[in-house]
Amino acid sequence: MLDFYRRLYRTIRPSSGDDDEARPGDAEVRADGGVVSDGAAGSAAEPERDLVTRIKSALDRRFGSDFMESSVFWLPPFLLMGLFVYGAVIWNLLISLTDYERFENAPDYSNLDFEMYTRALADSGFIDAAINTLILLIAFTAGTLAVGLVLAILIDRGIRFENTFRTIYLLPMSLSFVVTAQFWLWIYNYNNGIANSLIGTVGLGPVSWLGNQDIVLYAIIFALMWQFSGYAMVVYLAGLRAIPTEHYEAAKVDGASTLKMYWRVIIPQLKGATISAAVVLMVFGMKAFDFLYSLVGGYRPPNGADILATKMVREAYANLNWAYGSAIAIVLFGMALSVIGPYLVYEYRRDNL
Amino acid sequence: MSDTEPRTDGGATATTTARLRRKIDRLTVEDVGLYVVLTLAAAFYLVPIESGLVTSFKTGTAIIETAPFAPPGPSGLTFEKWRTAIDVLLRGMGNSLLYAVPATVISAFVGSITAYGLTIPTWKKSYKALVLMLIIAGIFIPYQAVLVPLTQFWSQWAQLTEVLSFVWALGINDDYVGIIELVITHVAYGIPICTLLFRTYYKTMSDEMIESARLDGATLRRVYRRIVLPLSGPMFAVVLIYQFTQIWNDLLFTLVIVSTESSPAAPVVLILAGLGTSMEGQDFALRMAGAFFAALPTLAVYIFFGEEFAEGVAA
Repeated sequence: MLDFYRRLYRTIRPSSGDDDEARPGDAEVRADGGVVSDGAAGSAAEPERDLVTRIKSALDRRFGSDFMESSVFWLPPFLLMGLFVYGAVIWNLLISLTDYERFENAPDYSNLDFEMYTRALADSGFIDAAINTLILLIAFTAGTLAVGLVLAILIDRGIRFENTFRTIYLLPMSLSFVVTAQFWLWIYNYNNGIANSLIGTVGLGPVSWLGNQDIVLYAIIFALMWQFSGYAMVVYLAGLRAIPTEHYEAAKVDGASTLKMYWRVIIPQLKGATISAAVVLMVFGMKAFDFLYSLVGGYRPPNGADILATKMVREAYANLNWAYGSAIAIVLFGMALSVIGPYLVYEYRRDNL
Repeated sequence: MSDTEPRTDGGATATTTARLRRKIDRLTVEDVGLYVVLTLAAAFYLVPIESGLVTSFKTGTAIIETAPFAPPGPSGLTFEKWRTAIDVLLRGMGNSLLYAVPATVISAFVGSITAYGLTIPTWKKSYKALVLMLIIAGIFIPYQAVLVPLTQFWSQWAQLTEVLSFVWALGINDDYVGIIELVITHVAYGIPICTLLFRTYYKTMSDEMIESARLDGATLRRVYRRIVLPLSGPMFAVVLIYQFTQIWNDLLFTLVIVSTESSPAAPVVLILAGLGTSMEGQDFALRMAGAFFAALPTLAVYIFFGEEFAEGVAA
């Protein structure tokens, strides 16, 4: 990067040097940003065009022939996105270091410390939420992948009505968390819900699915699996279709049983599909906020089901502890990053970006 | 004529029967088991939705007396809950459409342009990969990490309410500033996924035509307008459907930007989240009716464009 600036400077030096002598007072301002407009302001149009082409060719040499011309297409959206995503994350980090709370209009940035993070570590509610988040992420991701894989294998066995089955399995995915939360609230209803009448037929229950602290998290994970296993199925199906038929045939010739064939030959080849589906599912899991919010119609999820996503929003928007909420958000962001970072590097290595 | 008709009919039946018999012969226990499992799985995915649907038509007593997934008897049938749900949610539907449609269209176009600039033109691969990584990471960040700054930005920094005062002068409630904020927010956070979807498509595009056009001196803009954009139709369908579903279904941004369900600009998800809860307990029939009504647009999209939706989520 430094090398790039040096070369850029070398290319533009002649003309900017001239101007510096003419108006020494402005030299500092112009040295970094005003170079191009300087030329325009000057009497000669010729050096200006010369300068622009030189910068352009220097950039092209550095970044490739279409860099300048293509930047019109991707740079403005990239900057907008960068501002809203990375700008906001950095801003959030700053806010988390302040003591911003209640009805103050803006955070006071003069006194930054890690008080909010130490407060989080001392807050048992935060620890519980963090543990719940981890349980949710792992159980939900693993469970959804397993169900999706089984469904994909079954559907891939050349069945009839394949499209119908696939459409049905993927249907819940098109629904909003807000909508599916209503369905599951009804299913888990203590007196009239399906869940209790179903286990009632084998003589169990009734169970207070959403009221029992030890069960509620798993009940929610089950509902989320219902919603997203169709997604895992679609990803696995694409992976299965990419495996050449010879691999199946070779395994058959070797006399492997169907189960063995899948376990030894097919599933190892689905590594790529598993990784990308797992990453997406974990992110969905972190967004389970919508589901939990709609389940109770408020910021406070059922006891035992609080996750970082809900705690963050509750601290910030219900309790008005803005800085504390931001600190929790940063922890959540760190968790997401520890999943996404390696994934992106992996995709880059596979030349898949 | 009257002779031939029965004969062809009979012939057809014979072959059908034969075909069916052959099929049954080939059906093994394994196959039967396969279909049983698949059907059970289908029931598992459908029952929550089905029981929601039948419940939405039940009276209070029918809810208690009939099984959750059984249809209401003639005495327990009512459309009252649907009427109430539509009454309450209709304005929310309008508000949701007001931001979901523009945000979907804009983010799809922006995504297409961004993906084009990052795929077709030739520039250094390592820099491209850096930009792409930053963009793709944007898909996966938990939105909680940007919420507080987002609130600050819209409430303290970008004074849209004042800038747009001429609009409120026309008699439009100034809560509708939330709709504009939602459009911009959803476009900004939608750019990453739209870019990724279009990029996977543009990567597979044959570059012969594009290269020859470039050699003939066509600018990048011209290549996009004349070659790439006209060929992007199928991917636009995928992206529009995916984005529409995502934006329509999102609760978090509406919650922090519009914040109250009593606001005249409240989107449908926000109203639905608080529907049917009262001091006397929960009105499940009303909740189900509301859930279905709010899901109608996305359900319609899914039923008509299921293939594109599947393609969008798989990418």
